[in-house]
Amino acid sequence: MKHDFSELRLDRVTRRFAGAGGNAFNALNELSLTVRRGEFIALLGPSGCGKSTALNCIAGLLPLSSGTIGLDDTRIDTLPPERRGFGMVFQNYALFPHMSVAKNIGFGLRMRGMPQADVAPRVAKALRLVQLTGQEHKLPGQLSGGQQQRVAIARAIVIEPPLILMDEPLSNLDAKLRLETRSEILRIHRELGRATIYVTHDQDEALSLADRIVVMKDGVVQQIGTPEEVYAQPANIHVARFMGYRNVVDLPIAGERDGHVTLEAPDMKLVGVRKLPLDGKRAAVAMRPEEIAIATEPAASNVIAARVDHVEYGGRDSLVEVVTAGGKRLHLRSSTKVAAGANVYVHVPPERVLVYPSEGGGI
Amino acid sequence: MAAATLRSAGFDRAVLLVVPAAAFMLLLFVYPFIYGLVLSFEPKTGGALANYHKFFTTSNLWPTIGTTLKLAVPATIINVFIAVPIAYRMRVRSRWQRIATALLVVPITLGTVLIAEGMLTYFGPRGWLAQFLQVTHLYDGSIRLTHNYWGVLISLVVSGFPFTFLLILSYITGIDPVLARAAATLGADPKAQFRHIYLPLLAPGLAMCFCLAFVQAFSVFPSAVLLGAPAGPTRVISIAAYEAAFEQYDYSLASAIAMIMGFVQLLIVAFVLSLRGWFYKGPVTGGKG
Repeated sequence: MKHDFSELRLDRVTRRFAGAGGNAFNALNELSLTVRRGEFIALLGPSGCGKSTALNCIAGLLPLSSGTIGLDDTRIDTLPPERRGFGMVFQNYALFPHMSVAKNIGFGLRMRGMPQADVAPRVAKALRLVQLTGQEHKLPGQLSGGQQQRVAIARAIVIEPPLILMDEPLSNLDAKLRLETRSEILRIHRELGRATIYVTHDQDEALSLADRIVVMKDGVVQQIGTPEEVYAQPANIHVARFMGYRNVVDLPIAGERDGHVTLEAPDMKLVGVRKLPLDGKRAAVAMRPEEIAIATEPAASNVIAARVDHVEYGGRDSLVEVVTAGGKRLHLRSSTKVAAGANVYVHVPPERVLVYPSEGGGI
Repeated sequence: MAAATLRSAGFDRAVLLVVPAAAFMLLLFVYPFIYGLVLSFEPKTGGALANYHKFFTTSNLWPTIGTTLKLAVPATIINVFIAVPIAYRMRVRSRWQRIATALLVVPITLGTVLIAEGMLTYFGPRGWLAQFLQVTHLYDGSIRLTHNYWGVLISLVVSGFPFTFLLILSYITGIDPVLARAAATLGADPKAQFRHIYLPLLAPGLAMCFCLAFVQAFSVFPSAVLLGAPAGPTRVISIAAYEAAFEQYDYSLASAIAMIMGFVQLLIVAFVLSLRGWFYKGPVTGGKG
């Protein structure tokens, strides 16, 4: 087991499961990814997208169906988890209930045959790192959820693994604690300087923590990119949906020039940016609620007439749902007060209208 | 005013649901027990403690305690030791688990008498096992596995195993498997996972299982008569009580023997359960969720 590394390489890692009725399906399909030392990678996707499967394959808790995993020059996908030496933080903490906090944290060191005299100072250091000094003699059951999660993190990092794997570590915490623990995870990651692979279904978590985000759907990688890339330039309509492009409208294509596409329906005329080659007569456009604004009168292009259907008050701004004459629904965020039933114009800048191939039908 | 008010004090009628069970216990357990206890102090001749004095001074009575313990304790230990690894192997839910559980549970449905009958022919001097061993020359000496200590021990293991196994299986499957996976990522091989995670979490359950299996084995009667040597090496305490009651018609002495039997069981159970104090007894999952 090594403590340091420069590259973890996943090469077409695939995991098949026997599905209902004997037909196998790929929970993870040909994931190829290179993780460099110091990187924070987020695997992002809805539940069932294969992100946890990927993590378990890396940890060695699930055997691969095909593909390889290499740590620098060593092939590790055939090793059992105990010989890979990656630290893992589980969603439900998985603390050993019969061991004290200190025993939990020292477990990995004891398994490596380290003498007790050397274990104690390292455990104390790890406790300081997660700010739990003074709790070492408690049992996990006596700690709060946030404290338990910090013990789980300390237990994983005390063995100084080259790679830390985290499986939705914040999903059992309440909103405030989640934000605090999030910054703590980032601080610990920077302090250790190794690599972290972090599984989440929360786009905010992925955007705020990761150096690179791997967006997945149905076991297939949709996009790998920096948070900025994934947020502003989603590679396809699935990524767009997942990154908060809540308005996806299927429209007929009227014309196309220099990467700009004009789409026209009786109640809606839009100019947008083409993100993928289009085929056929229709296209799917994706727009963020934050990037649609309410205008009171028809101005230049990309203005749509609609009626306010309802308004959800949200403090700083409100979530407004409008309906066009043709019955298309759009969601937008607005700080100007509008009343349900009012007729309004909404405007969206052409560069924030992303055009993808039609999914066949659409909304 | 609200139509329904929350009553903080008063009689909760749900408590009445306990009445049938309590009456049942009183009539069929507590009363006979006290009756027997009182009866044991009213011997045919002599003072109140004459029966107990007789038991501990008669050469074919007091050794039955040792005889019974010599059967019940090893049988229970063997059962627990066989059941733990099998249950550990089968902790992951699979089709295999269901088939194997069904097979292993069959003996529990058979009853001790049927098991004894089967064993008499299978393990007997002219049974399949003896013939097989002699034909293949695996063992050429004379084989006696019936009508002695070993016959009773084997039958206790066979009839007691399903119970022990099912109990331990339910304890093991109750332990969150993610704990073992966490241990694996921390460098624990399967042996260490068992030693450091499963065994400590299982210990209180094993103690409880040992007690229940022991009590069952301690009251052995049919197999001790059918498969053992009820006059000698397998003259267990229940045989002594039976003889006192139905051959000498001394119900008072029989009650005293039954009381002694209960007391010995109680001692062992109390001892084993007191060991539980050494172990962790909380929930066996690794956190929320």
